[in-house]
Amino acid sequence: MTSVLSSARIARFFQTYAVLIMIALLIVALSLMSDSFLTFRNLQNILNQNAPLAIMASAMTLVIIGGGFDLSVGSIFAVAGVSAAWIALNVDPFLGLAIAPFIGLALGTMNGIVITTLNIHSFLATIATSMVFKGVAILITDGRLIPVRIAEFTWLGRDKIGGIFIAVIVMIAFAVILTFALNRTSFGRKVYSVGGNEEAAILSGVRTDRIKIATFAIAGMAAGLAAAISVSRISMGQPGAGIGMELQAIAAVILGGTSIYGGAGAVWRSIAGVLLLALINNGFNILNADPFYRDLTTGLIILAAVGISASGQRR
Amino acid sequence: MSADEVPDRGEPCIRLRGIGKSFGGVSVLADIDLDIGTGEIHGLVGENGAGKSTLGKIIGGYYSAGAGSIEVFGETVGSWTPPLALERGIAMMHQELQLVPALSVAQNVFLGIEEERYGILRQTENVRLADVMATSGFALDPAAITSDLSIADQQKIEIMRALAREARVIVMDEPTSSLTADEAERLHETMLRLKETGTTIIYVSHFLDDILRVCDRVTVLRDGSLVRTADAADETKGSLVSAMLGGSRSETPYPAKVRSEFAGEKPVLWVDGLSAPTGVSDVSLEVRPGEIVGLMGLVGSGRTEIVRAIFGADSASSGEVRLNGIPYANRTPASSAERGMVMVPEDRRKQGLVMTVPVRANMTLPHLKHFTMAGGVIRAALERGRVQALIDYFRVVPARIDGDVTHYSGGNQQKVLLGKWLMRDPGMVILDEPSRGVDVGARQRIHEAIADLAQKGAGVLLISSEIEEVLGLAHRAYLVHEGTLVGEVDPDNATTQDVLWTLFHQDDPNIDTSRGSAP
Repeated sequence: MTSVLSSARIARFFQTYAVLIMIALLIVALSLMSDSFLTFRNLQNILNQNAPLAIMASAMTLVIIGGGFDLSVGSIFAVAGVSAAWIALNVDPFLGLAIAPFIGLALGTMNGIVITTLNIHSFLATIATSMVFKGVAILITDGRLIPVRIAEFTWLGRDKIGGIFIAVIVMIAFAVILTFALNRTSFGRKVYSVGGNEEAAILSGVRTDRIKIATFAIAGMAAGLAAAISVSRISMGQPGAGIGMELQAIAAVILGGTSIYGGAGAVWRSIAGVLLLALINNGFNILNADPFYRDLTTGLIILAAVGISASGQRR
Repeated sequence: MSADEVPDRGEPCIRLRGIGKSFGGVSVLADIDLDIGTGEIHGLVGENGAGKSTLGKIIGGYYSAGAGSIEVFGETVGSWTPPLALERGIAMMHQELQLVPALSVAQNVFLGIEEERYGILRQTENVRLADVMATSGFALDPAAITSDLSIADQQKIEIMRALAREARVIVMDEPTSSLTADEAERLHETMLRLKETGTTIIYVSHFLDDILRVCDRVTVLRDGSLVRTADAADETKGSLVSAMLGGSRSETPYPAKVRSEFAGEKPVLWVDGLSAPTGVSDVSLEVRPGEIVGLMGLVGSGRTEIVRAIFGADSASSGEVRLNGIPYANRTPASSAERGMVMVPEDRRKQGLVMTVPVRANMTLPHLKHFTMAGGVIRAALERGRVQALIDYFRVVPARIDGDVTHYSGGNQQKVLLGKWLMRDPGMVILDEPSRGVDVGARQRIHEAIADLAQKGAGVLLISSEIEEVLGLAHRAYLVHEGTLVGEVDPDNATTQDVLWTLFHQDDPNIDTSRGSAP
């Protein structure tokens, strides 16, 4: 076989896999700089610590492919987290963990309904609902922390099965399910069409409102699931938890290469985006580097990755 | 100026040598040598994908040439961008106008070249605009908001914008593709007037009659190569078409109108007294199985609004629609598709295709429930087979199930769009401008498919701005004016001139236009 590797193809390859290339470069660099980086233990810890964010970013991918933004997932995380802690303390610890995703699902569905019935941009709608949800989280707890000192509450966040953290298993399972839904089901097709060309989707008989509501519902559920893992891990419900997670999730999605304009993208990209951010963080920790440079470095790496993938958009 | 006073072309204003261009490794233009004479109208023709637009855009600086040299007014140019082209006097008018809709005429004309002092705008625009209008012969209200104007008027703004920048060469890329016959005629008058003032025009179009009428010389491109440049007077439509297609094919007439064996049955679509807030008023029509029924009207006459109300894309305020004899109220696109009535919308980029997903996902989007098993999981093999069959039927190029529609030519995008809607053999098909902006080959294939559709027993409602196309394909045709039907014509016994005459005299109370023919 003759290899036809024109410069255009190489450029296209770099654009398509910018985030993976950055991750590979970071892994090589960190392995060379520290012996403690490339160990199963360290890598699994990175995944485990970032499982909640990765779950939220996976679901955010669907929202963004569908042409929306969800700025309320951080607040949903807070409401679901404190609810789980409260129920665990006052009713049953297992029920507390189990109910958190459903609380998230309900709040996410509300987001979707608000956006589609009032016909306002999701960016604005979720800024508003985010404040409402944050207020609810504070009302539930009276503004205090809810410590849950019950042994049966911590398995989800801390335990392992077969040497793998349950949180990591949940995260991978969630991402695989969403990937399957996006690529292999009619629902996924409709999500892409709504974000890619809403008018064409409507004229094709797609009930676009339902699809949008579903993406926000899934994002809410993911925030609830992430919150369950998180409160279980620290045995504490915090009304102020989750602040800024919505922006981290969006950053990871875009960093991964999913189109900010909707209609194109993939869940694995968002996971890769989370990993890239996590590796930078981890690098600072294991190298004992000056944390003052952390944000600066992170910002520059995000710019580099986004710049590479954007360079292909222009002729 | 009479026809035999051909202006002295003298030195060419643009001299192209060995121009080549490729996108993503695919060569779209190769080794083009071309001289554009000063003060001429020079036509560029070819099938879609032949490279005519690409060549126009290279001249205008929108694409950089991958190979070769460009000489403008005797000087070889180095790096070449739209602003640099403009500096040398070359302006480009795009198919999609590059105006800011919310700004006034004057603001658009002088956008980017406003006169200012210490960063504060000077109130000289109207004076300057008067100059430009005098040069161009246009008369527009300087304060009118651009989005309120017709496309023809907006094109005038674009031309004035070029003149305000002292452009001596204007490249027009398919400027008439969204114009009515009347508006196109006015643009041609404008072009001839500009020529008299010494402006050179490069006219990219696939309307060969227009090219032959307006141009001094014509260059034919085929598959990225230059076939020939000749005086327009020495060409005919036939000679151009055979040069474009490679001599093997000539322009074929429309497919034969066969009365389908299904004709004469009860109407598949029956509409009575339909009105809608979009300006549709009291429309009654019927389409029988196997029948192609045309809707002819000027752009803005409400043709599209009528079919949107029938299809359910817009809601109706009154009237009744029956599909196969069954009353059908509360119409939506989803339920129409379910009942076997589909609409191929006029704007394939905005309303038709989802550009971010491949051919396969576009074609099956309206039919997903027929391609899924439990849980909504798509049956990939079934889907691939069906999509491949349609790609073969329409001869889509490239014939790839997972092809990226963004990179397809207009004709092939249109074939994908038709495939999407004809996938499940609908009984009633609404086609809104099915061949707009597509090349000769694709157009022919689309016409065959439409005739085939009717022959198999589907009812077809056809809208086209090209009256010839309706007359060539339809069994019956209605005339549309101000959202309502104002007459019916027999396509076999009417001419384009008859229909145009009738449509343009709709507002004249002294003329009876109901019979659809000129006296």
